Amino acid sequence: MALTLKSRCCVVIVLLLASFQSMADTAIDARHFEDPVMAERYRDLTASLRCPKCDAQAIDSSDSPVAADMRERVALMLHEGRADKEILDFMANRFGEFVLYNPRLDGRTWLLWALPAALVAGGALVVIAFVRARRHRRVRPLSEEERTRLSSLIHRHRERSE
Amino acid sequence: MIRRLLLLLPFLVFVGLAFFLYRGLSLDPSARESALWGQEFPSFTLSTLEEPGAEVDESLLRGRMSLVNVWASWCPTCKEEMPQLLALSERGVQMVGINYKDARDLGRQFLEEFGKPFEVNIFDPAGDLGFELGVYGVPETFLVDANGIVRYKHVGYITPAQVDEVMAEVEKWH
Amino acid sequence: MLTLTIPEVGLFALLIALCLSLLQATVPLLGAATRRPLWMAFAEPMAWGQFVFLLVSYASLTASFLLDDFSVDYVARNSNSMLPWYYKFTAVWGSHEGSVLLWSLILSGWGFAVSLFSRQLPRDMLARVLGVLGVVSAGFLLFIVVTSSPFDRLLPGMPADGADLNPLLQDVGLIIHPPMLYMGYVGFSVVFAFAIAALIEGRLDAAWTRWVRPWTNIAWAFLTLGIALGSWWAYYELGWGGWWFWDPVENASLLPWLSGTALIHSLAVTEKRGTFKSWTALLAIFTFSLSLLGTFLVRSGVLTSVHAFANDPSRGLFILALLGITVGVSLLIFALRAPRMSANAGFSWLSRDALLLINNILLVIMTITVLMGTLYPLILDALGLGKVSIGAPYFNSLFVPLTVMLCAFMGLGPVSRWKQMPGRELFRRLLGAGLAALAIAISIPFLYNGQWNVAVALGMVAALWVVLALVRDLFDKVRNASSALSGLRKLTPSYWGMVVGHVGLAVTIVGVVMVSNYAMERNVRLDIGEQVNLGGYDFTLTELGERRGPNFLADTATIEVAREGRIVTTLYPEKRLYIARGQPMTDVALHPGLLRDLYVAMGEELDDGSWAMRIQVKPFIRWLWLGALLMAFGGVLAVADRRYRRRRAVAANGESTGPTREVRA
Repeated sequence: MALTLKSRCCVVIVLLLASFQSMADTAIDARHFEDPVMAERYRDLTASLRCPKCDAQAIDSSDSPVAADMRERVALMLHEGRADKEILDFMANRFGEFVLYNPRLDGRTWLLWALPAALVAGGALVVIAFVRARRHRRVRPLSEEERTRLSSLIHRHRERSE
Repeated sequence: MIRRLLLLLPFLVFVGLAFFLYRGLSLDPSARESALWGQEFPSFTLSTLEEPGAEVDESLLRGRMSLVNVWASWCPTCKEEMPQLLALSERGVQMVGINYKDARDLGRQFLEEFGKPFEVNIFDPAGDLGFELGVYGVPETFLVDANGIVRYKHVGYITPAQVDEVMAEVEKWH
Repeated sequence: MLTLTIPEVGLFALLIALCLSLLQATVPLLGAATRRPLWMAFAEPMAWGQFVFLLVSYASLTASFLLDDFSVDYVARNSNSMLPWYYKFTAVWGSHEGSVLLWSLILSGWGFAVSLFSRQLPRDMLARVLGVLGVVSAGFLLFIVVTSSPFDRLLPGMPADGADLNPLLQDVGLIIHPPMLYMGYVGFSVVFAFAIAALIEGRLDAAWTRWVRPWTNIAWAFLTLGIALGSWWAYYELGWGGWWFWDPVENASLLPWLSGTALIHSLAVTEKRGTFKSWTALLAIFTFSLSLLGTFLVRSGVLTSVHAFANDPSRGLFILALLGITVGVSLLIFALRAPRMSANAGFSWLSRDALLLINNILLVIMTITVLMGTLYPLILDALGLGKVSIGAPYFNSLFVPLTVMLCAFMGLGPVSRWKQMPGRELFRRLLGAGLAALAIAISIPFLYNGQWNVAVALGMVAALWVVLALVRDLFDKVRNASSALSGLRKLTPSYWGMVVGHVGLAVTIVGVVMVSNYAMERNVRLDIGEQVNLGGYDFTLTELGERRGPNFLADTATIEVAREGRIVTTLYPEKRLYIARGQPMTDVALHPGLLRDLYVAMGEELDDGSWAMRIQVKPFIRWLWLGALLMAFGGVLAVADRRYRRRRAVAANGESTGPTREVRA
């Protein structure tokens, strides 16, 4: 699957041009759903499926033909009564994990959710540890020598500012 | 001691991150993996480009290894790819074409003009088979082994330099 | 004749600035280490000189644009003779080379400002700060000169005309968004330099925080504005009404903002209580590192994004080296020099110290979450584990709960006291606010459209809780005074800054909640005379036409919007074709309002002459950006306090006199 520099450049240039094109050219297909719940699902699904051809766009905002095909298929499957998860799996099985903006939980992506959870738990522990260690810490009172030093400093300061 | 280690932690984490960023520079963010590796070639029932009446299905790809190339007459790089495909077919690889989202006469004309490396061409005017294969930009080439399992996918046109690479994959899965 | 040499003047000035920055990076730091006043004094003139020469360099690039000098490669790629002059002026930062020159100019500007406003800084501290800024500056200028000079010429074979600025950038948003953003990104270099200087010196005290807070807050305010402008611009420019996409480049700007927010709060604690010193220093390094990381991500080609500059990996390698050295060395300095003494101040569970600690931890968790989500695809790919995509659904699922948690503690913080706060008193003071917030929030979905919506209720509880707790606090403070007015007048700008900033966040949250849940959209096919109804508004297409702009051709439409029979407004969306690039673009028609936006975008012309259109009603979307404005204003207000402007008179014997004023909250 490796691409040489030239073909890589071609692909990148084409993709860049295509992406700018599609970004600027809004893909508005006038598809109407009678059922508002289905319309909402269509919007959510097309926003969470990534266009495989474009640089970084969901299929709802991409102009490329494959995105149009995918939107068509999503609408069809919604009318068939399929569940959201089924539709997403269907697309991933054909175009790869890449097209899912919300990655499936598996052996390599579990960290995405585990780390924030661990950080929150860890953060709570840090706060607890901090407060407990410091709660009863009192500043120890000044010694006799320190008190004399302090009063002489204050005295000197007062002299200077007069 | 623990405090020292804790203070050094950000530095160590950063070094790890920098390593990944460095590796990232040599990666191609536009490269994709295929969802079909190790999967069976999707089932289909379509006619061929040559004969509208004939019907072929996935059994076409069983019994021998083949390179399945998705092409179209409206695709400019497919023209450039033709010499490489002809070279591959001359090396003894079985070539099957999928004429993707095209008109029959235009497809036939394309082959007349640029060459016929394919033993047979599946005619997929609606792009349904292409969709099942996860095709998002022609040309794309799939290596299907004798049992009908997809083993390798090449996205984009095959440059002359890459012909050997493709052959190596063919040898590997033979 | 002059035209022929302007780019060379620019390049020459750039090289001089590079030399000056190299001197600024080395001599003062050595001077501070060896206690040589003359070497330390080197810093200021170098900073001034660098700024002046970079101004000259930048001006010559701008002149090349305005004079249509297409022999300069950069001008040829980003401009066109038909481009309006104000876009030629801003096209200078429309692509990589020019924008990184702007970055360097702004960096030298901040250094110049530091040298101007630091009369009360000890000379060795100033030398170190300017020295560190010099190091960063030298790195960037070297990068420009070696890999990205905007002054490269195309002689011979100069094109007759340029390739034109990308149509998406031909907009007022381009005029303000990048400069604001860079002011923020680069502004954090100042607190970074101060932190390094403090670590080297081994001293990080209350005076240090007083010097540093204004710089940090102002940089943060700029970044807030920059991000808000980017969001607003994307909203009306791109054509589908979105305002945040969790795109890698957007995240790159959000990361230093989140970390910067933690930093400004951490600085408050360090100033008032002398605690969290190492943590503050680390945050300062972390925030600027995120700025640099953002630069790397956007310009190296490592991540795919619609915002990224098209670049080759060799530039990426240079920036990575820059990033690696700057951040690596700073973190090493931190590890070796972080204050070993822990402050003796303790604090109890619900004290302001504890609540701000929680605030910092939550903000850092949010930063790390966004950072990980942005880099995860890259990391997996580098490990050979395939390609995954991480987008809006993932980020929203984590960011929203964290924000709600943040708001919960944000309500308590301002009301709580430093060091000690009995839980019972906190409860007593805030119970009313909490119940009111809950009651109002629960009723809002029903008031809006008669249906229950848990997301709206939750979001509104969070926002209202923050605001009502502040109201309660304000009430308590004023109640104890002789009159309301005298009570209010006693409150410091510092306090008002906090209030305005927090209210700003609440306003943004209200905007986000309402627009995310109640936005309406319809994609329709419209022909002349046809009408569509959305959200109580009737949209009627009355006319289709064509017009010619300075550098584009457009298909125009006239849409009348009526509500209950009366015309509200007439909208004129356009579909433009920019001639030089042959690039089509939709020009959205907007009717902004405080409570809702009306939004129409033209799509494609269909076979029968009708047009596909996207029509949207966006409730409360302006609140998003208004909240950001408030936040930025609050940030600046918080450091308008007199204590930051107090000049210390230096007495004859060199010691500073002048009363020390006890700082209160």
